[in-house]
Amino acid sequence: MFRIQDGCTIMFGGFGGIGNPPTVINGILEKGVNDLTLIGNDSGFPDIGIGRLVSQGRASRLIVSHIGSNPVAGQLMMEGKMKVEFSPQGTLAERIRAGGVGLGGILTDIGLDSMVEEGKQKVTVNGREYLLESALTADIAIVYAKKADTFGNLIYETSARNTNPLVAMAGRYTIAEVEEIVEVGELDPEMIVTPGIYVDLVVQSSGVDWKWAWE
Amino acid sequence: MSMSHDIRNRIAKRAAKEIKDGMIVNLGIGIPSLVPNHLPHDVYVMFHAENGILGMGKSPEKGEEDPTLCNAGGFPVTIVPGASYFDSATAFGMIRSGYLDITILGGLEVSEKGDLANWIVPGKRVPGIGGAMELAKKAKKVIVVMNHCNKKGEPKILKTCTLPITAKACVSMIITDMAVIEVTDKGLLLKEVMAPFTAEEVTLKTDAPLMISEEITTVT
Repeated sequence: MFRIQDGCTIMFGGFGGIGNPPTVINGILEKGVNDLTLIGNDSGFPDIGIGRLVSQGRASRLIVSHIGSNPVAGQLMMEGKMKVEFSPQGTLAERIRAGGVGLGGILTDIGLDSMVEEGKQKVTVNGREYLLESALTADIAIVYAKKADTFGNLIYETSARNTNPLVAMAGRYTIAEVEEIVEVGELDPEMIVTPGIYVDLVVQSSGVDWKWAWE
Repeated sequence: MSMSHDIRNRIAKRAAKEIKDGMIVNLGIGIPSLVPNHLPHDVYVMFHAENGILGMGKSPEKGEEDPTLCNAGGFPVTIVPGASYFDSATAFGMIRSGYLDITILGGLEVSEKGDLANWIVPGKRVPGIGGAMELAKKAKKVIVVMNHCNKKGEPKILKTCTLPITAKACVSMIITDMAVIEVTDKGLLLKEVMAPFTAEEVTLKTDAPLMISEEITTVT
């Protein structure tokens, strides 16, 4: 946790709270850091997942695809207390992936002829026009997985995989919170989704301590 | 959206008729999520979710929910035989590469050329884009389901969108509480009216010019 400081950039895995790492998020809350830049799919719900950091005012900037499920995020944005940069969801996923695989950015036609193209360079390839969308990386990446071995190899669980394998690659220091930690050799190499070289720290999860929106 | 349960289901039921056996389908949140309830049992469809599922099944029984297995709206789902899980980049790769036969989305405004606005009301409501741009631009058929008019009773089907657009010329069909309208090369074609409305009433509540189909029918 000593790496997580005021003003740092944290990229988080998860989609609508599912696959956000609950124990690490609570740890960041308890540490009391502020002025964070948060990068991930969405701002969760006010008391679910990454939404807790947002609704408690810990973030000064978000790079996300939507904030629709967290009204506090909308309120902070309208009051000018938090900046929000919207990226189309698939573009955001590819920007994160690009950051994780050593690329400078991606070319996509998504967002052409809309507000999304404002301020972005256009590139023509084989006669077709694309937007140049820059890659994203972060000081810290926090992800959630089903199992890790002691090398940091990760396997995920159903749709809680979502953006986690992408985010895991894009952090300069990646923390994986997992339901179960096993010895090296216990995970079937064919099943591993995130190779352990991307993971710097494995944390045992204490589980979800919030009620889901549908409960 | 202040619309009765019956009307929402009526729209969903009509939208379900567009889905054919073997299609790959993505549904937005709200009315689109009611569509599977109206599919005949012999129509086998793979439902796609942006968070990384191909092959979503019915909602689980109460108490049977798996908190990690949810749709893009965050609600618990099940899977069907043949389903797969993948990361969000792959989920959007499928969309951009054109594998989706149909997407059914909500809308704020649709223009006569099929431009869709559904992600932002500047200065008022800014929920964000989510996956709407990819879905609207790349699905083979885009069906918009929405109220025919906004809360003030003003038309939402316009000559030109006033709100920032999600994607240009992407909508194929609009299904509302009043009508079923097809977007054609020549403009908007009124194909069906929802009872008790008449074609005249629909025309009056539509800002864009409407052609009226010779085979116009009434959905009861």
